[in-house]
Amino acid sequence: MIRLEKRPQPSQAWTAGSPLLAVLLTMIVGGLLFAFLGADPFETIRTIFWDPIFGEFAFYYRGQLLVKAGPLILIAIGLSIGFKAGVWNIGAEGQYIMGAICGAGAGLALYPSESVLIFPVMVIAGALGGWLWAMIPAVLKTRFGTNEILVSLMLVYVAQNILISVSTGLLRNPDGMGFPGSRNFKQWDAAHNAELIAGTGMHWGVVAAFIAVIGAYVLMSRHITGFNIRLTGEAPRAARFAGVNPARIVFFCLGLAGLLAGVAGLFEVTGPAGQISGAFNAGYGFTAIIVAFLGRLHPIGILLAGLLMALTYIGGEAAQTTMQLPGAAIQLFQGMLLFFLLATDVFTNFRLRFGTKGVA
Amino acid sequence: MDTPLLSISGLTKAYPGVVANDDVSFDIKPGEIHALLGENGAGKSTLVKMIYGLVTPDKGEMRMNGAPFAPGKPSEARQSGVAMVFQHFSLFDALDVAENVALGMENPPPMRDLARQIREVSETYGLPLDPSRTVGTLSAGERQRVEIIRCLLQDPRLLIMDEPTSVLTPQEVDILFQTLNKLRSEGTSILYISHKLEEIRALCDHATVLRLGKNVGTCTPSQRTAREMAEMMVGNSFAAPEARAKALGEILLSVKGLTLPAPGSFGTPLRGISFDVRAGEVLGLGGVAGNGQDELLAAISGERLSDGGSITLKGEDVSRKGPTERREAGLLSGPEERLGHAAAPDMSLIENGVLTAARRMGLLSNGFIGWGKARSFAEEVIERFDVRTPGPGTAARALSGGNLQKFVVGREIVQAPDVLIVNQPTWGVDAAAAAFIRQSILDLAAKGSAVVVISQDLDELMEVSDRFGALNEGRLSQIRDVAGLDIEQIGLMMGGASDMEVAHGAA
Repeated sequence: MIRLEKRPQPSQAWTAGSPLLAVLLTMIVGGLLFAFLGADPFETIRTIFWDPIFGEFAFYYRGQLLVKAGPLILIAIGLSIGFKAGVWNIGAEGQYIMGAICGAGAGLALYPSESVLIFPVMVIAGALGGWLWAMIPAVLKTRFGTNEILVSLMLVYVAQNILISVSTGLLRNPDGMGFPGSRNFKQWDAAHNAELIAGTGMHWGVVAAFIAVIGAYVLMSRHITGFNIRLTGEAPRAARFAGVNPARIVFFCLGLAGLLAGVAGLFEVTGPAGQISGAFNAGYGFTAIIVAFLGRLHPIGILLAGLLMALTYIGGEAAQTTMQLPGAAIQLFQGMLLFFLLATDVFTNFRLRFGTKGVA
Repeated sequence: MDTPLLSISGLTKAYPGVVANDDVSFDIKPGEIHALLGENGAGKSTLVKMIYGLVTPDKGEMRMNGAPFAPGKPSEARQSGVAMVFQHFSLFDALDVAENVALGMENPPPMRDLARQIREVSETYGLPLDPSRTVGTLSAGERQRVEIIRCLLQDPRLLIMDEPTSVLTPQEVDILFQTLNKLRSEGTSILYISHKLEEIRALCDHATVLRLGKNVGTCTPSQRTAREMAEMMVGNSFAAPEARAKALGEILLSVKGLTLPAPGSFGTPLRGISFDVRAGEVLGLGGVAGNGQDELLAAISGERLSDGGSITLKGEDVSRKGPTERREAGLLSGPEERLGHAAAPDMSLIENGVLTAARRMGLLSNGFIGWGKARSFAEEVIERFDVRTPGPGTAARALSGGNLQKFVVGREIVQAPDVLIVNQPTWGVDAAAAAFIRQSILDLAAKGSAVVVISQDLDELMEVSDRFGALNEGRLSQIRDVAGLDIEQIGLMMGGASDMEVAHGAA
């Protein structure tokens, strides 16, 4: 008989090792999946994981890596802090959209000014937009005890509808000959979030992501606020005993996550995406949930997980074009990563016992 | 009387890193009450679980009436006539008594017959209980009766009782003992697990003492003093708390008309609680569990805020201040539940030190935690309170109950509070650790702190307190000096006798 037995202490080895094992298992099962689809599994895995960094077209893909990883890391850092506290913000996608809309809107209101203050104003407006959108589940939760998972998730669809509405209405490019979508920020220097070093994909959003990683690390490991957040997540009654106000933790966590997601949206819309359009959001807000867990809710882990996840995006696209694999197979591949991570994660706190219940 | 009812020989059970039972042998005769004594972690629970079929022994054998007895699961043990009343009840609050009893039976009879049987058994054994009452409305003592009746309906030959009196008032204990004596006279054997030595001396025919998993001797409790038995349990003699010099100072904590609604549907409201505690004094608050102990602690620690003016600390109204501010002002507290309330299970002892000591011990600068200082603080607590742990980085949940209790009580005492309130400071702690914690509380008071000890252990309260009061349904009885109190008066105070006329008459 196989039993799970709780470990007296969480295992250090499994804490570090389970993400690696999960990646390995994903490769194996994913490879099998690709084999069933008629593709060479080794070829496919190499296309996804190896070629973007070391292959023939790596010079193009490497830049893409940071472009994709930046928003993922930025959002995942915000989410991870909430998850540590047991505040389950599933609506980062909505906060990301609203940040982009508010930031872009603030900039477009000042078009065509070339002031150096334009971009900072847009960043602040983007942060506020995401923050405000996250305050809705926070207020409802603390006032009326609603579930933040449902409220934040449903607000994603509201945000998507607002996005479609403004891209065909309020923020539509007056010079766009009726096409939906806002003005293109790439053609407006003061508001363009350009590459900082050509060819690297490094833009202000990536810089912000690195700052967020460091900030989160300091907050969670050194500051009493981070301590209180962890305490709230691990033992809510002990947190209350320690003097932590649970409502303030909810506001802080949702607010911070919303703020970071909003900023990520703004950097995306003014940089890689270029304009507000109905299909501007690419699901970063949801993928960031996987990134947060894959990175063990630890800032450094999230940095690595964000890069890995970006790799599967880029490699997945490459596999779609060069190997004609369906896009859904790639999404399944990403989902498997979270699945295996959660499965292997069990062994951090539990161990297997192959004991037969002997008869005396 | 030649064949024992249950004969245990050489039972051994090892868990990773610890031998819970090591070659334990003893006999239980038909119609005797046999006590199983031992400190926490001595292996009592494991032994009982083996008898009840929950755990399979590694070695050794059991014989029931001479025939081999190796229950693989509880239902097999029940078929052989073994029944068990657990310390923690497994009852459904929303169902009535008869329904709860039926749920524990293999083939329950029709409800009407069952209700009749319950009534019969409850009358025969003097356990008053109405089968149609909803369990949620019953007191702890009445709930225990449901469990006992559930067992008695199986007509057991051996009844195992795990610390049955820990939740009962002295009067309820009397009723229980009458029932147990009646069962004994009818030939039922009882295996009685308890910490309370006086109780065992009064009730039990024989006692088997376990220490570190080994049987260290069987004795006849009525011929031994409680101290002798305690020494068998502990191995070395433990220090009985010393008497202290009485020099009471000014009032440090004053509670006036403290009233709070119940925190949830199963909580207890606080109703007009008033008391003062002076410097150098220990106030003991007794009462059966669930009569407002947790709620009172939460109100004084600051977890729940009460009306302005209801709690005064050193002349300053703190009733609208949270736990952090109260700690800074010198009011510290220790809740009953160690894991999850007093300490975060998965956090290290260093982090659990920060939990209450962050500001008072200056572990913070500009909101940043000085982990070096935090480690020193945890190490100080570990050293002064003899907490057995590999180091301060160990997770709280990896400590045994007694060691963690020493840590969480020590954590508050090391901070030198002006006022300390603790709930069940020695709950589930072995005798040596309990004596140590009590002595620390007395020492703290001797240094001029005011201490409030909430406990369900009357012996403990008599030992540490200068004055005594009892909680009943969220009300506090009159507070009286411990000197001159007898068990009868205490029972009345705990039972909520609103006027103390009877007690005065008896005194």
